[in-house]
Amino acid sequence: MTEPTLPPPDRYSIAGKSITIEEHVEILVVGAGDAGCAAAIEAAKAGASVMLVDENPVSAGLVGMDVPFYFGGRATNAVQTPERLVERVLESNPALAEAFEVGVDVRLSTSVWGAWVKVPGLNGLTCGIAGLASEEKSWLVGFDRLVLATGARDLNFTFAGSDQPGVMGAQGFHTLLTRYDAFAGRRLVVVGSGELAMDMAALALDRGLDVVALVEVRDDAQGPAEKVAVLVERGVEIVTGHVPLRAKGNAEGVTGLLVASRDDAGRQREIACDTVVMAVGTVPVIELLDVLGGKRELAPERGGHVPVVSEDGATTLPRVFVAGDCAGLGGDAAVSGMRAGRAALRTLGKAPEVAEISEDVAQDNRPGAQDGLGYQTDWASAMLATGGPDVLACICEDVTRGDLLGVKPPRYLDWRSNTIARRDLTTLAEDGPVNQDQIKRLTRACMGPCQARRCREQVALIMAIGAGVSPETVPLAGYRTPVRPLPLSVLADWDEGADMDAGWNVWFGIATQWIGYDDIGTTREAEQLRAGMPY
Amino acid sequence: MSDKGTSVVIVGGGVTGLSAAWWLARSGVDVTVVEKGIVGFEASGRNGGGCTHYQSPLFHEEQRLWPQMDELLGYPTEYQRGRIIFQVDPRKERFHEGLAMRLPAGYDWDVLDPQQVRELVPLAGDNVVSGVRFHFGGHANPQRTSQAYAWAAQDHGARILQHTVVTGIATMGSKVTGVETSHGMIGCDALVIAAGPQTGQMMAMLGLDLPMAAARAEMIVTEPLPMMPITGVDGNGLYGRQTLRGNLAYGGGPHEWMDDVPFDREPPRPSGSVTRNLAKRVAELLPKAAHARVIRSWAGVIENTPDGRPVIERLTSPENVTVATMSSVGFGLSPASGHAIRDLVIDGVCSFADLSKLSLSRFAGLRADWRDHLDWLPPKPVDAVVSPVVN
Repeated sequence: MTEPTLPPPDRYSIAGKSITIEEHVEILVVGAGDAGCAAAIEAAKAGASVMLVDENPVSAGLVGMDVPFYFGGRATNAVQTPERLVERVLESNPALAEAFEVGVDVRLSTSVWGAWVKVPGLNGLTCGIAGLASEEKSWLVGFDRLVLATGARDLNFTFAGSDQPGVMGAQGFHTLLTRYDAFAGRRLVVVGSGELAMDMAALALDRGLDVVALVEVRDDAQGPAEKVAVLVERGVEIVTGHVPLRAKGNAEGVTGLLVASRDDAGRQREIACDTVVMAVGTVPVIELLDVLGGKRELAPERGGHVPVVSEDGATTLPRVFVAGDCAGLGGDAAVSGMRAGRAALRTLGKAPEVAEISEDVAQDNRPGAQDGLGYQTDWASAMLATGGPDVLACICEDVTRGDLLGVKPPRYLDWRSNTIARRDLTTLAEDGPVNQDQIKRLTRACMGPCQARRCREQVALIMAIGAGVSPETVPLAGYRTPVRPLPLSVLADWDEGADMDAGWNVWFGIATQWIGYDDIGTTREAEQLRAGMPY
Repeated sequence: MSDKGTSVVIVGGGVTGLSAAWWLARSGVDVTVVEKGIVGFEASGRNGGGCTHYQSPLFHEEQRLWPQMDELLGYPTEYQRGRIIFQVDPRKERFHEGLAMRLPAGYDWDVLDPQQVRELVPLAGDNVVSGVRFHFGGHANPQRTSQAYAWAAQDHGARILQHTVVTGIATMGSKVTGVETSHGMIGCDALVIAAGPQTGQMMAMLGLDLPMAAARAEMIVTEPLPMMPITGVDGNGLYGRQTLRGNLAYGGGPHEWMDDVPFDREPPRPSGSVTRNLAKRVAELLPKAAHARVIRSWAGVIENTPDGRPVIERLTSPENVTVATMSSVGFGLSPASGHAIRDLVIDGVCSFADLSKLSLSRFAGLRADWRDHLDWLPPKPVDAVVSPVVN
């Protein structure tokens, strides 16, 4: 037996390549809301080195892309100069001042677009690494412990005309109004009638805005009775049993909302407004946890897909903790932040000797908290039934509800055939449970620049409806780095080590792989192996 | 699962197994594909989509078939003919000389000067040093093509069992008689093993040693940009394309060798270790796209044999088994590899190419420590050094 011709030893693998980490902290906290600030302050007080990163204020470019919230084109020019918004962000959050005082390294207008710890497939890592980015550059920060306090984002349902300026999410609205002081609307319709919708309506009224109506798919307002009474007292109509059908508009965006009866799309009325705030619910922001490889579970009563987490915020990854809404909606964010901060400290051997934090068990008033994804499904079903298949389900990629239900190839392929006409979600479901990642790739729904922030949950719900299965059975579509859309020039590692360039190959760099078949075993094989890779 | 059985069981619903299923089904053979997850969900649906593999004995058939695939399958593959490769590193200015040594006769290609590259590639910049244009080859959409094979095979009567794990192989004498799965036994007259990184473990069930190692590799994708006249554009250490939607999708650079991948579920495939390095190279290759936002990255797990070449053959014992690992270059060759597998299963020999040098027997004398010898090993944790970059 002769030995086979083998390539030279591999110098093109990741093994031994250096990773340039520009900074290192003991505890990295992502998100400077109530939970993140509390975690950072708790950790810094105990003497740990702490970096607290928050993406706000975000650039005008991201506001325009509805990242991280659904801003819906209703921001004033103030967002054109985010550096001037920094002051506003600090004013609106007194905990940031305290964080500065206790020595937390606070980074505003800085996003975390990825995070990694040693897991199968990433065997070379010792410390954890997070990818950070400003408007100008990206860099890596090493951490011993990571506390994710990334909050919640908007849950969205599209309807005809909802891709024009003036249709936005509750989180986008809240951020523009309170943190940026940059909300451009005057006259609002709020979609939803749970506590979130009630709170947004009350906030708008407090700020001198008009709130014409709340629109609710179910027969009764979903929020607490006392809040309903107050809103009605203040002149807000609650339109139950209805859903948005179409937004009317002009060059400046929305001028009115046509709502339809849930049971009879023909029964419609128009409500004049310049802004429609989608406040049916919010979604825990678990993208970094998912990228890290932390275990998650579907817990509709906590907002949907949430981390598997212990009482003190520990995830299934030893170095990673979660706090606040991203750990599951509800509860006291500051308390959960303190707990996570302390838990992270304990695992570093730095736990302060203090009494356990007591917490009033907050009553969860979110609609549907008790009936799984039923409340969201009610909205999706009613809006599908009234609005029909031609409404866009994914705005970025121009995918309609009908395209989704029919598993249609994207329009730009202009593909028609009898064979594909026979395929739809039902036939796909015959081959196995419907999977959102598969539907993404076939229809391109959820594949656009907003990174599915405006359509992810809605697409899963439509898939469930189309396949006739429970929405709880549709697996979560995976999240991918970068979890913020970053320009190539910003994401690029312009200072990469020389070893990366020297050990870079277009594929595996296996010299024997590229020898022409006819040359194998001839003198030409040796000649080509000596010449090296073709490029 | 009934015990009714089938004529041919194909283990592996990747692009090679699915193409084989389609070729067999359209030849009137009763075929069943067994896939542990979803069709095309591993490396088959997660690659650069290149269709230009001049090193392979399947190359001529690859080139013959791709322009017909949309029509033959009845589903879109997004195949686009032609490819431009260009360089921006002055050290690679004469890269076309290396190519000239390797490109088979009869395929039309040109050397391009920087100005010609810029005319054909609007996103290229002043840094172009040289390029080539192939009037053959091209790119397709991997996930769409994988699904197209699966659907087309079904249209010809093939059965595709997803979420079905193989747990054993039944043999009698020198023949395989069936495959044990998580959903029951499937009797068969012939078996095709095309299980990607799990092919070695499948062969081990037959007591055969097919040496291979799995690795993870990454790609990044940007938001859509205006369409370039030719979408098959790469170089600068990258493979990839502009998709028909307009996104730039590119991969390349260091891979991470893994220990054995799981047999019954998706392998771990985090992405992120070369994201920034890929972004740098795409921005260098296409400077006029440097503003484009990266919106995703992904990783796939791919197998390689020790020499990086496929093993594709009908075994002599068990005599009714055909094995195919394409050794990390499977997608583009899939129209041809499926045809070859069809021939091997039905006729015992490939009708259109000599495959004798791709027999498993070439590894009979392989050293036992080949992975150590080739340094095909998972990285060992190294302490990261904090080095502030001074601006």
